[in-house]
Amino acid sequence: MRRLRYYGPAVAIFVGVLAVWEIAVRAFGIQQFLLPRPSAIAAAFTEHFDELVTVGGNTLVEAVGGLLIGGVAALAVALATARWTAASRALLPFAIAANSVPIIAFAPIMNNWFGVLNPLSKMMVVAVLVFFPIMINTLRGLTLVDRSSLELMRSYAATELAVFTKVRIPNALPYVFTALKVSATLSLIGAIVAEYFGGARSVLGQFIITEAAFFRFANAWAAIVVASAVSIAFFLIIVAIERVAIPWHASSRSAESS
Amino acid sequence: MSVRGVDKVFGTGRERTEALRRIDLEIPQGAFVSLIGPSGCGKSTLLRLIGDLTQPSVGTIEVNGKTAHRARLDRDYGMVFQSPVLFDWRTVQRNVELPLEMTALGRTQRAARAAAMLALVELAGFERRYPWQLSGGMQQRVAIARALSFEPALILMDEPFGALDEMTRERLNLELLRIWKQTGTTIVFVTHSIPEAVFLSTQVAVMSARPGRILEVISVDLPQPRNDLTREDARYFGFITRVRERLRGHDVAPPRAAEVAASG
Repeated sequence: MRRLRYYGPAVAIFVGVLAVWEIAVRAFGIQQFLLPRPSAIAAAFTEHFDELVTVGGNTLVEAVGGLLIGGVAALAVALATARWTAASRALLPFAIAANSVPIIAFAPIMNNWFGVLNPLSKMMVVAVLVFFPIMINTLRGLTLVDRSSLELMRSYAATELAVFTKVRIPNALPYVFTALKVSATLSLIGAIVAEYFGGARSVLGQFIITEAAFFRFANAWAAIVVASAVSIAFFLIIVAIERVAIPWHASSRSAESS
Repeated sequence: MSVRGVDKVFGTGRERTEALRRIDLEIPQGAFVSLIGPSGCGKSTLLRLIGDLTQPSVGTIEVNGKTAHRARLDRDYGMVFQSPVLFDWRTVQRNVELPLEMTALGRTQRAARAAAMLALVELAGFERRYPWQLSGGMQQRVAIARALSFEPALILMDEPFGALDEMTRERLNLELLRIWKQTGTTIVFVTHSIPEAVFLSTQVAVMSARPGRILEVISVDLPQPRNDLTREDARYFGFITRVRERLRGHDVAPPRAAEVAASG
């Protein structure tokens, strides 16, 4: 009952928009290639369900792979820059410079390096795309530590390693998860756009290009729905991991314990 | 514990500030010494010097015949700050165990010591809670339990009850005195509350405004153990007046027993 009241308004708006869309397309005789009816998209979705699942899955693999590669690199660089000021001075300018490059422009080069049909070429685009937000957020979490916490550790004659494992890294975890949540959706966008520059037929980007080229816009729309669904699912998986990993953080605390 | 001829200067040139000048302080084993003075007088700096969190510009600090640096490496200090500085990701018990994790103590021994310390601050039963589930006063008691957990020779407290309400503060004062008696540790306590300093201490070191100097170390020979009745003792008020006058820069004679008897 409470759930219904919570999600009710959102569901009502969703259904309402679909209804208005359906009616408007029929009433004004809008061409299918401009905007297909929701019912037509739904029909395309059921018709091509198996293919869409394969295509969506392949793109998700690229997104997850890219996020892992970019994420691991970002965490390593953040840890190194937090530990050694020299590393921070040496690496940070490049990280910032890399972030200002339009990453998508790298896609053809990655195709050239790793092969158009190799998913690794898409993963590398995603990796470069997510590197900066994860690195800069993690670095913030590692360095934004209360001075008293560090003095406390100093009064225990704690080693540098202990300061990292017991203070800096736990302190950085909420920042890491914030970055991962942003990067989850970003990685899927990166993967799909990279696919536009060429790739196997069985990925979302190529599927959308092909279907649109043949004026099968309902199919293209169905693929867009799949892309959103996969993106949301990826985001929710990271939220779930966050809840398990840092139950102590304010974002995970249950309402009754304050 | 002894501080000899310590100066502390921050910065150079136009930025130069002299925080402390010619500090001499002897603290006997088992004493409870308060540092009191106007804000910015360097009392916290002096505490941080004793704890080797910063180094003196001139002079020496010895703790049990060791340098402050050696004493810190030997884990002779327990620190308590104005804010509890507990880690949100650790339960109360694991917060108290934190300093023990730097030692060779095993898991079961750590748990046993943490349990004992939590019992000492009357927080038994809260082991599994998280800091953010506790009130401010309880959090500060956890911080005290943590400072005590590896039985340091010296506890350094920097306005530990400054952020608490008056009633909680008075209750925690009594608890702190009980813990001090039970453990026999030496405590150096920074405060800006005159009644608190007099109530708790065996000696009150009165400091001047910047550059901080020690104007006088007043021995507070009120009877031990102190309790709620102490706060109604006429001599208690006598000491409060004396500390206050000294802070203002007046020189007054110590209250004599006869006067107190006559007025009380």
